[in-house]
Amino acid sequence: MLRLVIQRLGFGAMTILAASVLIFAGTEILPGDLASAILQNTATPENLAEMRLQLGLDRPAVVRYVEWIARAAQGDLGVSLSNQRPVADELAPRLRNSFFLAGFSALVAVPLAVFLGLMAAIYQNSFYDRAVNFFTLMTISIPEYLVGYLLVKYLSVRWQIFPSLANVMPETTFVDRIDLTFLPMLTLVLVVVAHMMRMTRASVLNIMASPYIEMAFLKGLTKTRVVVRHAFPNALAPIIAVIALNLAYLVVGVVVVESVFVYPGLGQLLVDAVSKHDVPLVQACGLIFSCVFILLNLTADVLGIISNPRLRRPR
Amino acid sequence: MSDGPILDIDKLRIEVRNDAGPGPVLVDDISFTLHKGQVLGLIGESGAGKSTIGMAILGYTRANCYITGGRLLFQGRDIRTMSPDERRALRGPGVAYIAQSAAASFNPAHTLMEQICEIPIQLGLMSLPEAQARAIELFRELDLPNPDHFGERYPHQVSGGQLQRAMAAMAMAAKPAVLIFDEPTTALDVTTQVEVLASFRKLIRENGTAAIYITHDLAVVAQIADDIMVLRHGKMVEYGRADDILQNPQQDYTKRLVAERAEGHGGGQAQAQAALLEIRHVTASYTGLVRVIDDVSLAVSPGDTLAVVGESGSGKSTLARVVMGLLAREQGDVRFAGDSLPARLKDRTREQLRRVQMIYQSPDVALNPSQTLLQIIGRPVQFYFGRDRAAVRARVLELLKMMDLPADFIDRKPAALSGGQKQRVGIARALAAEPDLIICDEVTSALDQLVGEEILRLLKRLQDELGVAYLFITHDLGVVRRIANKVAVMRHGVVVAAGETKTVFAPPMHPYTELLLSSVPEMRSDWLDDVLAGRA
Repeated sequence: MLRLVIQRLGFGAMTILAASVLIFAGTEILPGDLASAILQNTATPENLAEMRLQLGLDRPAVVRYVEWIARAAQGDLGVSLSNQRPVADELAPRLRNSFFLAGFSALVAVPLAVFLGLMAAIYQNSFYDRAVNFFTLMTISIPEYLVGYLLVKYLSVRWQIFPSLANVMPETTFVDRIDLTFLPMLTLVLVVVAHMMRMTRASVLNIMASPYIEMAFLKGLTKTRVVVRHAFPNALAPIIAVIALNLAYLVVGVVVVESVFVYPGLGQLLVDAVSKHDVPLVQACGLIFSCVFILLNLTADVLGIISNPRLRRPR
Repeated sequence: MSDGPILDIDKLRIEVRNDAGPGPVLVDDISFTLHKGQVLGLIGESGAGKSTIGMAILGYTRANCYITGGRLLFQGRDIRTMSPDERRALRGPGVAYIAQSAAASFNPAHTLMEQICEIPIQLGLMSLPEAQARAIELFRELDLPNPDHFGERYPHQVSGGQLQRAMAAMAMAAKPAVLIFDEPTTALDVTTQVEVLASFRKLIRENGTAAIYITHDLAVVAQIADDIMVLRHGKMVEYGRADDILQNPQQDYTKRLVAERAEGHGGGQAQAQAALLEIRHVTASYTGLVRVIDDVSLAVSPGDTLAVVGESGSGKSTLARVVMGLLAREQGDVRFAGDSLPARLKDRTREQLRRVQMIYQSPDVALNPSQTLLQIIGRPVQFYFGRDRAAVRARVLELLKMMDLPADFIDRKPAALSGGQKQRVGIARALAAEPDLIICDEVTSALDQLVGEEILRLLKRLQDELGVAYLFITHDLGVVRRIANKVAVMRHGVVVAAGETKTVFAPPMHPYTELLLSSVPEMRSDWLDDVLAGRA
């Protein structure tokens, strides 16, 4: 098993490297380079060429890539063009905010989705099953900004339970943060819960057709125990994979929700950086996004391996 | 408890009912009683309704099946009128079930001990240490190795025979009044079957449990049952004392079942010709680490039937794959009609492919369910001989006729055929290439006894008519004696004995051949005692 895990980690490292090449190449082929982004309206052919020389942009792309990735590996992500601060300092608070919101949403969404999915499997084809399927399908089908605005309209404007703006500051206390981010959290939960819940239900029901499930019933166990104790552990691998995908989405895909609630997360930062042609910042954001995505999927793979006793305990 | 029977089944009837309305009747007018310590054997082919009866006693029916008539009295209470919760409570301490495939019936995610202790603990009958102590005691009774630590393992970590015994321990955990054995040794090798049967019998006798033993193998049930009921198409054919049924069967169907083992129709004639297939010192493996077959040499002449016998893991199916080229040999040579065959399938010429064909164990899997028989059988005709559509159709019709299949089957799909008919299609597909050699990989083991018998007869007739040679992979020594003129006994990838069937199976025998032969159950009730006495 250890060999399998190490193999997966190796694949993960290679994927991150490949992603970094794509990010670098992507910013390379964008129209206008760093020099023209800095000089903007003052660019003349002469000072452009001088600027490029100064920034080392005349050197081959391969050399600049190796330099960039080597520095990034040591934590030096370069200097932001818009305000001359180190990119790492720009990123850190945003990253914390993004992780906070994602973690908060996941803490609510994952147990909820697994619980709803197991219940739907236990009461398959019942009214509850149909209702929860219909409701979650509805929340996933409505665009997330609409969900967000609907929540704001009712929970914040009409009944005034939660604040509509999630404008957290570095000095905001933990309790206030929970209160401020409650609506964005709820929006995200509504968006991601359907996918995970349906996967839980489908995987468990798939296992329910196995001979050892019939055996469990013939042993005289209750349906709840058969589903939770006998079907669920064998259905874990696909469920974990879907949870990982959704967690990754919670970190990297929430720019729309951030905009709706004016939440200072990474997504907003990336959008700002792109509009300002802040190339080092764009590259750093891309690198972080791909790392989060790959690491989460890697974790899912490893957990999937660990959850399988055949791999955990060979003959 | 009174002295009355534990189980009293009266005029039981079970039917299929689905959206389209009433379906076939699975069990019809079945009555029997079972007392403490008594073992009843239910025997019949697949579709006879024997498992359905067994599960009905547990108050369980599969999807769309319903008990529509009769009484099922368990200690005087009718299972039919129980509430779902009462039925569930019946399972475990009342009636316990031992399934055919322990490998599929144990949950792969939990240790054996967790699964065995589950019911006594869930029902509050025992504490965890009590349940564990009981399990260890059962492991000891069932002759399982290292009983104190056996339960710590996961299902995939123990052998098939051990797992089957672990399932008996699981069934016995809550001290049931009735045990239902549903084909518990069918998936095991013959030598393992003997040990497991002996363990089961000891368990039943020592605990005085009543049991129902379901099987298709009359010789197996004869070792363990006091009474035997023969079933066919859900109806009772014959019911009586085990010895009476074996020695003096009244019904025609029972007579055929009893006679099946004894029948012989001689093998192909050994012709003093140059060998058709020569396997010379072949070695092969899947991972490169463990040799699955090791220095195997065998020869098949035209018109021969060479049976390769051995238990699971002996390398016999791997040998077939090497001959076919599905697995590349590592050393040695495979020569066909004098020429060396390339090791890999993709390097072989179309003519080399045509001359060696294969028939598979499970026709359900080996036939494409979305193609018609015309497509399935016509494909090799078209591929090897490039005939036009009309000629292909004519040839397929000819082959169907040869298989005793009706001509109007040509446009049907496999799902509309029975197991035996599907296997005939598999044979027709192999013959469509007009091969010189057909490799038969366990071709009868997925079929019912009498159906398998018909397939063997068909293969023999085709050999007489067409002169085709067979390489017959099987674990069933009864089959070998009846159809093969040559035999090779394999064990752990090595051929331990080979030659003419009558020589190999006559004294002096290789000790392993003797062990295999003596493990085949015989149609008498004292066979198991004799075998165990002989080995002690």
